[in-house]
Amino acid sequence: MKRTLKAEETFFRILMNITTGIILIILGIIIYSVFEKGMKAMSWEMLTSVPSGGYYYGKGGGILNAIVGSLVLAFGATILAFLIGLPVALYMNVFLVRRKKLVNLIRFILDLVWGVPSIVYGAFGFTLMVFIGLQTSLLAGIITVTLFILPIMIRSMDEILRTVPIGLSEATYSLGSNKSELAFKIFTRQSFSGIITAVLLSFGRAIGDAASVLFTAGYTDNLPNSLMEPVATLPLSIFFQLASPVPEVQARAYASALVLTVIILIVSLFSRGLGKRYHKTKINF
Amino acid sequence: MYLLNRQQRHVVNSSWMLFSLLIIGFLPFILFGGLYFKSFLLLKTHTLKDLIFLHSWHPSRGEFGFYPFILGSVWVTLLAILISTPICLLTAINVTQYAKKRFLRVMHPVIDILAGIPSVVYGVWGILVIVPFISRYLGPWFGVQTMGYSILAAALVLSVMIIPFILNIMIEIFRTIPTELKEATLSLGATKWQMVKHVLLRKALPGIIASVGFGLARAFGETMAVLMVVGNVIKVPHSVFDPGYTLPALIANNYGEVLSIPQYDSALMFAALLLLAVSLFFNLLMHFFIARYNKY
Repeated sequence: MKRTLKAEETFFRILMNITTGIILIILGIIIYSVFEKGMKAMSWEMLTSVPSGGYYYGKGGGILNAIVGSLVLAFGATILAFLIGLPVALYMNVFLVRRKKLVNLIRFILDLVWGVPSIVYGAFGFTLMVFIGLQTSLLAGIITVTLFILPIMIRSMDEILRTVPIGLSEATYSLGSNKSELAFKIFTRQSFSGIITAVLLSFGRAIGDAASVLFTAGYTDNLPNSLMEPVATLPLSIFFQLASPVPEVQARAYASALVLTVIILIVSLFSRGLGKRYHKTKINF
Repeated sequence: MYLLNRQQRHVVNSSWMLFSLLIIGFLPFILFGGLYFKSFLLLKTHTLKDLIFLHSWHPSRGEFGFYPFILGSVWVTLLAILISTPICLLTAINVTQYAKKRFLRVMHPVIDILAGIPSVVYGVWGILVIVPFISRYLGPWFGVQTMGYSILAAALVLSVMIIPFILNIMIEIFRTIPTELKEATLSLGATKWQMVKHVLLRKALPGIIASVGFGLARAFGETMAVLMVVGNVIKVPHSVFDPGYTLPALIANNYGEVLSIPQYDSALMFAALLLLAVSLFFNLLMHFFIARYNKY
């Protein structure tokens, strides 16, 4: 009896170590294969020029249009989402702090919306676009991506703002401030590191998502120069280049995937670093 | 220094906040309403039952049977969940119960990075690694001729994509199990594994089921990575080595050509509506499931 128990535990512990190892190895393989394939086709020209004529048949040029386009789109969407998201998160935690049921209902709705696949946002964004008479454009892309990242941003900010102690609010009220001052002057400062993390997380989501911009942002070989014109994005550029039968173009898709991965890794590093750095401004109780 | 006095600023700020909140509150209803409105054209001439259970997909002839796509989505999703659930469960137990504290600090960035990698990059990885692996080794090993672009490839890629998602929830669940419960079990002479098996898993079961449910909803709507490796052939799959087609891939692949046939456009919106409904349904179900169990 005892021996079988011991054997069972040993068996499962080995299995556990194997599965943990599998996850680590898979991450290693993903990073390695993207870097290994990507570095081969990587060149300075790839990063600094837009596609020239015949780029999609293997001639010269680069993916600057997609890199700049993705950054502009993600910045725009993140800023717009921040302008709507921060007030909502603050409102939930300052104005509605005594109405637990209502706040929980809002959290519940946000969780539901968070789970909606990005392709649905893409389809909805397209419908909205047709409805208000927009062409595929940077603006349409920004609006769609904003809708997509809003729940992510609000819920992550909300999780941080929740932890602000009630004593801090009481101290602020006792000094004669009103609710919006408490929200924008005290809560934002106390949770600064968390808010930055939430913003960077949403930025990462915005830059990596392809399905939501597929019909709304369009694609172009030029750099973005107006809100009303189509814009190229990195994920779509990878997707289109991979669909090409020409090996050189496919190799460039791998290089583009490398660029995207590096951007994501940098954003995630930044969010860790900045989060630690601004931890100091927080008042500890 | 300021344009407005304190009181006025308070009014401006609060109304701005309330306005943003209203936008968010109505978002799911607007999403649903918008998509329903667009798919109305299709629902007028086809019954819901026909749309879901018919096999033939010929938009030019006005035949819209979503069955192959729905079945493709279901196969890919279920297979992915079957692969990643045991991996996540065992790893979560390992990380929270057996491994050293330090290891959790290593595991967190790993989960974060896996969760942050864009789906297109997963797709590229699938084409580079998984597809050749299936066509060269796994297929011949089972005696099947395959290109590699198959249901199985999509499921493998998808299972990796939802690992960070499920694992994160499971780790959180195992951490919230009270230490007293574990200590009481151990003090009665149970071994650690007995404690895990009979107390920890039993106590965490609703949470585990919910995490799998959330993973399922997430996997069902995943688009780009699946689109890139699933093969995109419209037929009902008979084995995991067959190529297939999923609902999100259908929407993503066909958007360029829909404008010539108005019903086609409507059909794709109906596909999006289906995805939205499935996602909302599973998320709702799991939330109520958790809420119910938390009472006890």
